[in-house]
Amino acid sequence: MIGRTIGKRLAVSVVILFVVSMLIFFATLLLPGDPAQAILGQQATPERIAAIHEQMNLDEPAWKRYLLWLAGIVHGDFGVSVATAQPVAELIGERVGASLVLMVSAALIAVPAGILIGIYSALRRGRPADSAITGISLVLAALPEFVVGIALVTLFSTTVFQVLPAVTMQPPGTKVWDFPEQLVLPVAVLVLVVTPYIARMMRATMLEVLDSGYVEMARLKGVPERQVILRHALPHAIGPVAQVIAIQLAWMAGGVVVVEFLFRYPGLGQALIDAVKYRDVMVVVAITLIIATVYIAVNLIADIIGIMANPKLRTGGGE
Amino acid sequence: MSDHQEPSSSSVLVEDARPRRRYGTLARFWSQRQAKVGVVLTVIVLLFAIFGPLLVPWATGFTATEFVGRPFQPDGLFGTDNLGRDIWSRFLAGGLRLIVYAVLATALGLVLGLGLGMLAAYLGGRLDSLIMRGNDVLLAIPQLVVALLAVTVLGPKGWVLVTVIGITHAPRIARVVRSATLDVINEDYIRVAQMYAMPRRRILMREVMPNITGPVAVEAGLRLTYSIGAIASLSFLGLGIQPPAADWGLMINENRIALSLQPAGVLLPVTAIAVLTIGTNLIADAIAQASANPNVGGR
Repeated sequence: MIGRTIGKRLAVSVVILFVVSMLIFFATLLLPGDPAQAILGQQATPERIAAIHEQMNLDEPAWKRYLLWLAGIVHGDFGVSVATAQPVAELIGERVGASLVLMVSAALIAVPAGILIGIYSALRRGRPADSAITGISLVLAALPEFVVGIALVTLFSTTVFQVLPAVTMQPPGTKVWDFPEQLVLPVAVLVLVVTPYIARMMRATMLEVLDSGYVEMARLKGVPERQVILRHALPHAIGPVAQVIAIQLAWMAGGVVVVEFLFRYPGLGQALIDAVKYRDVMVVVAITLIIATVYIAVNLIADIIGIMANPKLRTGGGE
Repeated sequence: MSDHQEPSSSSVLVEDARPRRRYGTLARFWSQRQAKVGVVLTVIVLLFAIFGPLLVPWATGFTATEFVGRPFQPDGLFGTDNLGRDIWSRFLAGGLRLIVYAVLATALGLVLGLGLGMLAAYLGGRLDSLIMRGNDVLLAIPQLVVALLAVTVLGPKGWVLVTVIGITHAPRIARVVRSATLDVINEDYIRVAQMYAMPRRRILMREVMPNITGPVAVEAGLRLTYSIGAIASLSFLGLGIQPPAADWGLMINENRIALSLQPAGVLLPVTAIAVLTIGTNLIADAIAQASANPNVGGR
C-alpha cells in the first residue's frame, strides 16, 4: 500500500520534470535572433552559419529539436555555450559540486538548528525566550538573502570586524572546500534565511501536538516529560515539518544564486547570472533544468518522508 | 461579511454575541504591537520612496548623459557613488520604482491566484486537477530562476519583471485561495445562492470572495514582501531595473565594491529595503493572527 503511494508520487515527479523541461525549452524559442549568428559573431560567413545550423539542428522543427536536446541531456550532453563555444557540460560540471557544498553544509546546520529552536520555543511558549525567537525569526524571514548577506559582510569582513573574507578566491586547480574560511559567510547567509521558517513550523506543529489527546494521555500515565517529548510528541510533529524543510531546502536551490553572486562564489548560480547577462541560452536552460531537478527531487523526498511518518497519508489524499 | 469560521454550535454563539465582524478583525489587527510597528516601518519607507524624488537636492541619476564626478568622494551629505553621483539624491529617488513594481506584481498575482483558486475549488473535478497540476509544474522551478529565464529571453524590462513575479506568485496564492474556498463552499449561504440560481460569477464575487478575505489578505502581505525582495534581488544582480535609473537594489550592486570606503552607498538602500520588508512582513503576520484567532480555536 505504502509502496504504491510512493510509486505514484514518484511518477508524478517524473511527469512534472518532463513538463518543466518542455516549458524551459520552448521558452527559449521566444528569443529573437539566430543562435548561430550569436556564436560566430558579425563576420560569420554563410557557410559557417550553415555548418553551425547543421551541428545544432537549428533547421529542424521545434519539437524535434526539443527531443534531440532531451536525448542529449540523457547522455550528459547539454549543448554548446553561445558565449564561449564550449560544451555546456564542461562549463557546469565542476560548479555543480561547488554549489552542492554550499547547500549541503547549510542544510546540515539549518535543519537541526531549526528543529531544536522550534522545539525549545514551543516548550517555552509565551515566555520571553519564545517571544524573542518568534520576533527574530519574523524579522529574518522578511529579509531578502542579499540584505542578510550584506549585513554579514559589513559586520564580519569590512566595516566592523575584519575576520572573514568577503569574496571567494579559488586559484585554479584547487577546490572550494580547500578554503573553509571562505565558506563561512555564504553558508551563514543560507542558514540564517532558512532556519527561521523551519523553526516557526516546528514550533507551530509542536504546540499543536503538545495540546493533543495522546500527549495528555502519556503525561497522565506518568511518562517522564522527556520521554513524552521525544517518544510521543516529536514523531507526530516531524511529518508536517518535513514538508517545510523540503520547501526551504528546495528554495536554497534558487537562493544560492544570489548568495554566490554576492560572494563571487564559483558555483552554478554565478554561472547562471553570467549566462543571463550574455543571453547564453543553452547555459541558462541547462542550469535552470538542473535547479528544477534538485527542487523536484527534494520535494519528492520530503513527501516520501511525510508518507512514511504519517499513517493517515498512506491511503493517499493529502492536500 | 462574517468570518469563514462562523461557529455553528450554540454555546460558541452565545460567547460570541458581542460585536465583531469586519470591525472586529480590524480591531484585533490593530491591537497587536507588531501591527503598529509594521505599519510605522512601512509608512516611513513609503514616505521616503514617494516624496523622496521631489526632494532630491542634486538632480542626478536620471539620464545617461548627466554630469559625472569623481567616484566615492565625501562630497554632500553621504558622499558620491561609483560614478561620482550624489548618494543621498540617488537614495531619495531610488525607492519609488521598486515599490510600484512590487505592488503591481503582487496585484497581478492576487488577481490570477484568486481567479484560479476559486474556480478550481468551486468547479472541482477535471478543471480543478488541471489547474492544480499546472500549479505543481510552475512551483517546480524557484521563483528567482523563472525570473532569470524570463529576463534572458525577453530582456530586463519593467513589464517583464512585473509579469514574471506576478505569474510566479499566482500558483502559491491559488493554493491558499483554493483551500479557503473549499472551507466556505458548503456553507448554507452558498447553497441558498445556488438554489436561487445566482450566476456562478456572482456567487464567487459576492458570496465566496468576502468570506475568504482573511487568508487572502495574509497572502497579499506575504507576497508583497516577497515581491519587494525578488525585484530588489534582480536589480541587485544587475538583471532588474537597469542603469542609469536610481534604484535601491541597483545602488547596492553599483557601490558594494566600495563598501568599506563609502558604506552609505550600500547601507542606505539596504536599510531601506530591510525596514520595508520587515514592516510588510509584520503586517502580514498581524493580519494572520487577527484572522486566525477570533475567539474560537483551531485554524
